[in-house]
Amino acid sequence: MSYSWPILSTVTFLPLVGVLLILALRGNDESAFHNARYIALWTTLINFAISLLLWRDFDPTTAQFQFVELRPWLGPITFHMGVDGISMPFVLLTTLLMPLTILSSFGAIKVRVKEFMIAFLVLETLMIGVFCSLDLVMFYLFFEGGLIPMFLIIGVWGGPRRVYSAFKFFLYTLAGSVLMLLAIMAIYWEAGTTNIPALLTHDFPPQMQTWLWFAFLASFAVKLPMWPVHTWLPDAHVEAPTAGSVILAGILLKMGGYGFLRFSIPMFPLASAEFAPLIFALSVIAVIYTSLVALAQEDMKKLIAYSSVAHMGFVTIGLFTITIQGLQGGIFLMLSHGIVSAALFLCVGVVYDRMHTHEISVFGGLVNRMPLYAFCFMLFTLANVGLPGTTGFVGEFLSLLGAFLVNSWVAVLATTGIILSAGYALWLYRRIIFGVLDKPALKHIKDLSWREVAVITPLVLITIIFGFHPNPILDVSTVSVKALMTHFKASLAAAEHVRFALAP
Amino acid sequence: MSVTEPLNIAVILPELILAIGAMALLMVGVTTRQERGELVLWLAVLVLILAGISVANGQGTETLFGGSFIVDPYARLLKLLTLTGAAVALIMSIGYWRDAGGVKFEYPVLVLFASTGMLMMISAFGLIALYVGLELQSLALYVVAAFRRDSARSSEAGLKYFVLGALSSGMLLYGASLVYGFTGSTAFSQIAAAVQPSGANLGLIFGLVFLMAGLAFKISAVPFHMWTPDVYEGAPTPVTAFFAAAPKIAAMALTVRVVISAFPAITMEWRQIVVFLAIASMALGAFAAIGQHNIKRLMAYSSIGHMGYALVGLAAGTAEGVQGVIVYLAIYLVMTLGTFAFILSMRRDGKMVEEIGQLSGLSRTNPMMALALAVLLFSLAGIPPLAGFFAKFYVFLAAIEAGLYALAVIGVLLSVVGAYYYLRIVKIMYFDDPAERFEPMSAPLATILGVSGVLILLYFIYPAPLVSAAGVAAKSLF
Repeated sequence: MSYSWPILSTVTFLPLVGVLLILALRGNDESAFHNARYIALWTTLINFAISLLLWRDFDPTTAQFQFVELRPWLGPITFHMGVDGISMPFVLLTTLLMPLTILSSFGAIKVRVKEFMIAFLVLETLMIGVFCSLDLVMFYLFFEGGLIPMFLIIGVWGGPRRVYSAFKFFLYTLAGSVLMLLAIMAIYWEAGTTNIPALLTHDFPPQMQTWLWFAFLASFAVKLPMWPVHTWLPDAHVEAPTAGSVILAGILLKMGGYGFLRFSIPMFPLASAEFAPLIFALSVIAVIYTSLVALAQEDMKKLIAYSSVAHMGFVTIGLFTITIQGLQGGIFLMLSHGIVSAALFLCVGVVYDRMHTHEISVFGGLVNRMPLYAFCFMLFTLANVGLPGTTGFVGEFLSLLGAFLVNSWVAVLATTGIILSAGYALWLYRRIIFGVLDKPALKHIKDLSWREVAVITPLVLITIIFGFHPNPILDVSTVSVKALMTHFKASLAAAEHVRFALAP
Repeated sequence: MSVTEPLNIAVILPELILAIGAMALLMVGVTTRQERGELVLWLAVLVLILAGISVANGQGTETLFGGSFIVDPYARLLKLLTLTGAAVALIMSIGYWRDAGGVKFEYPVLVLFASTGMLMMISAFGLIALYVGLELQSLALYVVAAFRRDSARSSEAGLKYFVLGALSSGMLLYGASLVYGFTGSTAFSQIAAAVQPSGANLGLIFGLVFLMAGLAFKISAVPFHMWTPDVYEGAPTPVTAFFAAAPKIAAMALTVRVVISAFPAITMEWRQIVVFLAIASMALGAFAAIGQHNIKRLMAYSSIGHMGYALVGLAAGTAEGVQGVIVYLAIYLVMTLGTFAFILSMRRDGKMVEEIGQLSGLSRTNPMMALALAVLLFSLAGIPPLAGFFAKFYVFLAAIEAGLYALAVIGVLLSVVGAYYYLRIVKIMYFDDPAERFEPMSAPLATILGVSGVLILLYFIYPAPLVSAAGVAAKSLF
């Protein structure tokens, strides 16, 4: 299905229209802030509505890129957009989370509201662009451009140590990405194009694959993040405003996993197969180590940040099994984590707005005053742990299923991570929600407001509905994942063939 | 080659316009009252524009003066960039001189003479023309660096520049004489013919090294950069803006032409020098700028670093590499002019301030100024989708093609280090608490800052024309 108008460009660049509208606002008073908030909210809502058309008209029976747009831009580098079953769900995740994030920031952001909304809308454009790009250079432009608004969001509206965190986030990510940029250039000279669909079927020489694979790993491992380059994430999360954390956990981290799926595995299959054990080792360490670290945290956001690192470990395990279960599980877990971790950060934001801290020790016994909040937090905590009936379960189960097919030790060690995650998540829940409400500051804390309910309800529904009925999402990506696997197996077989042919 | 070669005026028309214009304006300046300095300045801008038009009207490739002067697409494009830099730098200076007690007519005249020298450098196709152009430019620059006679720092800057510049000229001349001695010619085309890969003897290599050392001084590549921070800081700010824009481009254009046109046979030999200069410049530019508090000094280290990145493209030694250098220079020019328009507007209580700390909280007191500078700074750091990214993209693309992987990896990692100090300024503007407001920008400066900010921000929408023009220009060298 294709449209007479460029739907992907619309979804990508519509937020910039909102930016222009906000820029046109005069004055710096409360009414201008009010208008800026609603312009941003409506822009993102309309964008979400348009992106639903993508889902409705997406053809899940083909692995080809759909809604393709191709225009000349910079000589051999073209303006090329399109989505397949792997990227389309991430576009939807982005457009879904944006209005919720913006709505959640209505109460929390009181200064420089216009700039805040502009930064978020620009960020949305850049994030959607990452998932829609079918040209490597364009992809890099969007991928890296996202650093600027996020840097400002953390640095301007963040907590006490915001400057340190913003710099760490920016420089860490930049250092990883520039190596990928060089790899992109090497790919250009090797294949003569930066067109992603063409590159997906290009056979890179084995020796070169290794180098390119590591260059891409440098970027995606930082972005995902994988152990041991994850240390920027807890800092960034703790200092970022709630909305920033939500987007960081919900979408920006997924770009790393998406990068593995889109580039590393299909373009460098030999290297991916050869170094999968390395990924498994790093991921298992991430799952166990960061889960243990999470147990020791005194700050809610930091705890959830470490839990994100652990969950991304499951994702990488799933993806690099290169089995249908593992790949589907990795994708589903990324989407699920995008919803669940975003919701958890929103929940932290709810109490942060009331108490202006996310120290765990400040809270206790909230269930007495905030039953509704306690319920939502419970649901997302369990989804994060992977309780059957929530989206978290589907993703983790499939990933581990894939891992069992490939290496049972990896699966066993990773499964201990689930037990640990139950430990830290439930312990967090007990310390905050249960117990006696004896802290004087909490005596008059209020339950969720209507606005907060409106933000969290969609996420509750999605978590439960797709937890019981994951097929709509799995079906979208099945054909694309199968095509990816077929190509991967064929490349490995061809390489094997060459190796035997050369053997004396 | 006949001695009575007919002089084809059209080929050197731009240089003639500048030289005659400069002398005519000298007359205007001498014969009218002192207050007419501003008129002379605008006339000088007009002369630069006329020269630019006559450059743009040129066609094809022509040589003159027995093959020691060449006009090709490469020369034309770089001359246009240089003239733009000079003209914009002149316009930017008006407000500054006005505050300093009126525009002195000598300044625009000296800028015109320097520009004549720069155009000569860009078109130089022989060692003699090279030296004549270089010295004409340098002598004028020594004087403008010391233009505020009453300021000790300005005089110090001028003297330092002169002494070190004379030293570098000496090295350059020594190298040129060695090259002449071992090849028997001063024309680049005949040097290229005389130098064979197998015939790269030690004497010639010595000559090349001295030649490169002299040129490296002009582009302020490490280890010949020592003058840059002091001169940038000491010279009057509009003069610094001019230094950072026009002469850098002319000197880089000359360097590219010398090594590509005269020594294509011994690429491996000069590549080692260029790679060393590039890495040393990028590293020093990145690390030394971190500790700076004076924004002009910081821009000096920044420009050292940027010349290092441009040299990465030259190190490739291919048409793609030269294309990368040209794209880099063009984008660098816009960023530099915009940044200096900003620096010239850092005024509080009627006085210029130069401390970076003074920018504290600028995003709230002067939001548009802060936004424009932030765009320029992110671009200088090479963050996409801003123009500075494309600049770095093309030079590294060429380096990768030439197989200079180590250079490319070191270069991009140093760009991350360099990003830190640009981000530090953004941090001061956006994250810190507001200080007092700056005075409102004057209209010309606001226009220059605004235009350069918009060009840098929106370059990605239509990047093809610059890249293809640079491609055509680069091809004419090969």
